[in-house]
Amino acid sequence: MDAIQQNLLEQVAGLHEIPAGAYNIRANGQMAARNTTANIDITTKEDCSGIDIRIKPGTRNESVHIPVVLSQSGLKESVYNDFFVGEDADVTIIAGCGIHNSGGGTSEHSGIHRFFVEKNAKVRYVEKHYGSGDGSGERLMNPTTEIHLAEGASLEMDTVQIKGIDSTKRVTMAKVAARASLVIREKIMTHGRQYAETDFSVDMDGDDSSVNLISRSVAKEHSRQLFKSRIVGNSKCQGHSECDAIIMDNASVSAIPELTANNIDANLIHEAAIGKIAGEQLMKLMTLGLTEKEAEEQIVNGFLK
Amino acid sequence: MLELKGICYSAEDENREAEILKDINVTVDDRFVAVTGPNGSGKSTLAKIVAGILKPTAGQILLDGVDITDLSITERANLGISFAFQQPVRFKGITVRELLSIAAGKDANMAEICNMLSEVGLCARDYVNREVNASLSGGELKRIEIAMIMARGTKVSIFDEPEAGIDLWSFQNLIHVFEKMHEEIHGSILIISHQERILNIADRIILLADGQIKKVGSKEEVIPELLGAGAHCKTLTDKL
Repeated sequence: MDAIQQNLLEQVAGLHEIPAGAYNIRANGQMAARNTTANIDITTKEDCSGIDIRIKPGTRNESVHIPVVLSQSGLKESVYNDFFVGEDADVTIIAGCGIHNSGGGTSEHSGIHRFFVEKNAKVRYVEKHYGSGDGSGERLMNPTTEIHLAEGASLEMDTVQIKGIDSTKRVTMAKVAARASLVIREKIMTHGRQYAETDFSVDMDGDDSSVNLISRSVAKEHSRQLFKSRIVGNSKCQGHSECDAIIMDNASVSAIPELTANNIDANLIHEAAIGKIAGEQLMKLMTLGLTEKEAEEQIVNGFLK
Repeated sequence: MLELKGICYSAEDENREAEILKDINVTVDDRFVAVTGPNGSGKSTLAKIVAGILKPTAGQILLDGVDITDLSITERANLGISFAFQQPVRFKGITVRELLSIAAGKDANMAEICNMLSEVGLCARDYVNREVNASLSGGELKRIEIAMIMARGTKVSIFDEPEAGIDLWSFQNLIHVFEKMHEEIHGSILIISHQERILNIADRIILLADGQIKKVGSKEEVIPELLGAGAHCKTLTDKL
């Protein structure tokens, strides 16, 4: 791996060196490194590009890293990764994609991740997207996440895209069974002429299931964002989604929430707020000695932290 | 020393010019100066004009002889003016530690944060990593706001109704904070307040009414005026 790829790896996975536990590192469309453990197996798919990750029932406190880095300008790929998480397992999965494009071709990575989380298993899933390079070629990323939670299972997903991705369409679908819970926290910042679209769609099919979608975003300059969330309550369940956006300069943000209750005991809430940085926040920080620009940075950094 | 010369401020209110401050002339070089007067008399507007949040329509503001009338909020802050808002501002994602560090102008460590927060009756352990968001009560925010002003330690500190919402923490502690600030900085503390107990510690009281200075003097001179100031109806006077 070269320095550019190492830097991408550090940005998306926080990795300075080879991680402990299971991992699969993909660089420019090829497997660069892989490690499996007694409880976590990783195999290459035969019918398409991608891997299967199988986590044995009862696996505790183990982690899987599956970062992807692209530094070859003009490379386009679609990768299918399936996670099978056994009953009562409790694991952390760290994915992420970094694109460095210093050429003129469009680089594009579409990761399709499917999670099959068995009864009472717990997953923490962290995903980071990052782009760098000063070429004229665009950096595109279109992550699709499909989540199936069995009874009593839970998945917490943290997804972050702060810099450098020109266009992204992020689709997340989930089906949640009885007593299962899903939490998704998303943080997005766009600038320049970037476009980011988020599309959540969650079905709560079992009693006492719950979902909480929290999106915080900042749109700067001429960038555009679209946030769609669709929550369907088919049972006695709790659903909550929240879209909180700061808009700056000439940016544009749309939030389109959709709630459907098909059961009298479905309790669904959506909150959306879009607005510029409050003038009194800027003023307070300026009375503490920051310039207007410094104050703005503080507020944005805090908001996306 | 803070000097206000001929300060006027008017704002548009329902399509007509409302004169909020009219020809304010006053010099502040004492330890504690209280600004008092009925609601709507222009007290908060005066504080905002000194901090640079509002620009006066006429007049001059001097800080230690330097004209600061055209300086920005930031420039005034860096020259030594601090302003505790009447209604503290909330920030999603910014922690108490970060805000106090910005106020102090350096990355404050745990011992320093503990020192700042304990002055306002808060335990650093419980607050240092909390976000300054809607999870904090009005009283907690108000105390953090006061701690920020202490952390800055500038020569002029303005407090807009610091006592409002200070729930269980006592008045005596608030006064102790002002005394301590003065001991450490030897600056001037300008306090906007209706509270007699705060007026009682003031070296000088400025009484504003209807956008004008009605009286400036010691508490002995001003407080009697204040009590007789309102022309209340009989029902209210009987209950006072």
